[in-house]
Amino acid sequence: MAKPRTLFDKIWDSHLVDEQPDGTCIVYVDRHLTHEVTTPQAFEGLRDAHRKVRRLDATLAVADHNVPTTDRRGGIKEEGSRIQIETLTENCREFGVELFDMNDVRQGIVHVIGPEQGFTLPGATLVCGDSHTATHGAFGCYAMGIGTSDVEHVLATQTLMMKRPKNFRINVEGALPIGVTAKDLVLAIIGKIGTAGGTGHVIEYTGQAIRYLSVEGRMTVCNMSIEAGARAGLIAPDDKTFAYLEGKPKAPKGALWEQAVAYWRTLPSDAGAVYDKDVTIKASDIAPQVTWGNSPEDVLPITGCVPAPADFADEGKRQSVERALVYMGLTAGTPLTQVKIDRVFIGSCTNGRIEDLRAAATIAKGRKVAAHVSAMVVPGSGLVKVQAEEEGLDKVFLAAGFEWREPGCSMCLGMNPDQLTAGERCASTSNRNFEGRQGPGGRTHLMSPAMAAAAAIAGTLADVRDYQR
Amino acid sequence: MDKFTTLRGIAAPLAMVNVDTDRIIPKQFLKTIKRTGLGKALFHEMRYDATGKERPEFVLNREPYRKARILIAGENFGCGSSREHAPWSLLDFGIRCVIAPSFADIFFNNCFKNGILPIVQPKALVDKLLDDAGCGANANITVDLEKQEITGPDGGRVHFDIDPFRKHCLMNGLDDIGLTLQKEAKITAFETRQRSEQPWLYR
Ligand code: SF4
Repeated sequence: MAKPRTLFDKIWDSHLVDEQPDGTCIVYVDRHLTHEVTTPQAFEGLRDAHRKVRRLDATLAVADHNVPTTDRRGGIKEEGSRIQIETLTENCREFGVELFDMNDVRQGIVHVIGPEQGFTLPGATLVCGDSHTATHGAFGCYAMGIGTSDVEHVLATQTLMMKRPKNFRINVEGALPIGVTAKDLVLAIIGKIGTAGGTGHVIEYTGQAIRYLSVEGRMTVCNMSIEAGARAGLIAPDDKTFAYLEGKPKAPKGALWEQAVAYWRTLPSDAGAVYDKDVTIKASDIAPQVTWGNSPEDVLPITGCVPAPADFADEGKRQSVERALVYMGLTAGTPLTQVKIDRVFIGSCTNGRIEDLRAAATIAKGRKVAAHVSAMVVPGSGLVKVQAEEEGLDKVFLAAGFEWREPGCSMCLGMNPDQLTAGERCASTSNRNFEGRQGPGGRTHLMSPAMAAAAAIAGTLADVRDYQR
Repeated sequence: MDKFTTLRGIAAPLAMVNVDTDRIIPKQFLKTIKRTGLGKALFHEMRYDATGKERPEFVLNREPYRKARILIAGENFGCGSSREHAPWSLLDFGIRCVIAPSFADIFFNNCFKNGILPIVQPKALVDKLLDDAGCGANANITVDLEKQEITGPDGGRVHFDIDPFRKHCLMNGLDDIGLTLQKEAKITAFETRQRSEQPWLYR
């Protein structure tokens, strides 16, 4: 009998174009997503070498990182952002790449629109010049972030040169408690294995808690795999996955759909497949999470207190905690729920989908954002925005005092005008709390959309469970 | 891409763990559509204060480290964003080799595409190199890629491992795309087969 294989093994094996004796492989890329920040130099390279884009039908471009989230009809004021988006438009026109420009209703964050369009498919390989490409692993798609040289390599050859990563299974047993979401789960995982815990590996998430998650929740988990250092995250496709994709504009139709689903059903890991690393987590142990430092591994249950450097055994870590407490303006021992916030950001490729907005709206409904807090909701895509408005979520947010914006990356990294100013503290549903990430000197606390909404109302970091009736 | 054979120069110590690529080069410099000129943005927030003045205490603002060619760093160097602007800014500053106990995958890979050699060494050896680098101008370090050897200022030599294929590409300044396109026939054959087996992947 054939050796049992993991989901990852199956995808890898079916995409191998060439393998050298030293293990250097050429891997075929089925889907390539591109955006304005990491492609200008790649297109320039193609042009200089007189090369073409090999598979236009497998390439899709969108403007997302730099777009303003306020009224766009007047164009982009800031010169650098404008030039980058114009360059993308020109490159797409010259090379024939399909582009969702910033006035297209389908525009949005690259990792939100890929699945939404059915561009992301199970069993496929997908790349993008962006580390959160891991998101698409939620569909059982081997999806990874690459640098600009590799973007050029994929445009020209439709392949990547790489070595085979290792298999890592994270099995989440049992069901998540009430008030605990996919975001809390993945933050707790990163807290446990560390930001380098997944280096060199592809993480497959398994177990009851994962199967119970919606497709949106699975995207949140896979999205942050890169925050654990992993090359990619993966979740086996199932009926929920197929139900999500069926009928999406770029998903297969009719007989092709049937043929595809039959194949996708063969993808889940075989019983007895071997993983190089294996970790089990009990879902019932997890409480709503919030980060306190400048690394996503600096995370605690909201019921905790700001830690002290002395709480850490490793010397390097002690130094970074010391630095983080200064940067974050926090005193060891302070209960997290007493930490006052200034801003709230609900959005990003981690938590900018419809389900996330619904979760935040449930908490915001009939309540008011604290007087000293400015809070914004940024839908992950134009289609998410339309759907949220159909459901009346915009009204809920506006009535509570949140701003309701146009879709894009926004304050996840502040390449557009949405930024924190020095010293401002933000409850954010994004994925990185690095120094300066949301604006120079800005202080980021990562959490789930419901937790961020609760913080907006409390004016401090808050336990969402106190707001759930 | 410039060939990498032997590099001799000043090594700068940066004893921090989890140095992310946002820290290596923050977002405001990602708006460029070029690969060049990013050296001045390297480690921007640590290197300059809010008014744009150099922070005298930061290592790359001190002599002789302004001319550093090698960087000695802590665990998980280059984590976070995939931005290739991180190696571009190191290169533009003049740094062509980073030595650390571990690197994040994407950054590690991006280095090779730009003629930068990332070397993984055990923590104890990196600590020793950090000490050496702390000696300033008297602390020239030599990295010999051919021999896979680092020579410290005291003449002590240590071996390092590197993937033979990546070594070959670095030493000859080879472009990956050119190499892959030598296998064009295999790519086309793969596409023909995949198109018949998984036609839904073609539109
Ligand atoms: S939302 Fe944030 S993490 Fe996601 S693609 Fe945009 S900038 Fe990157």
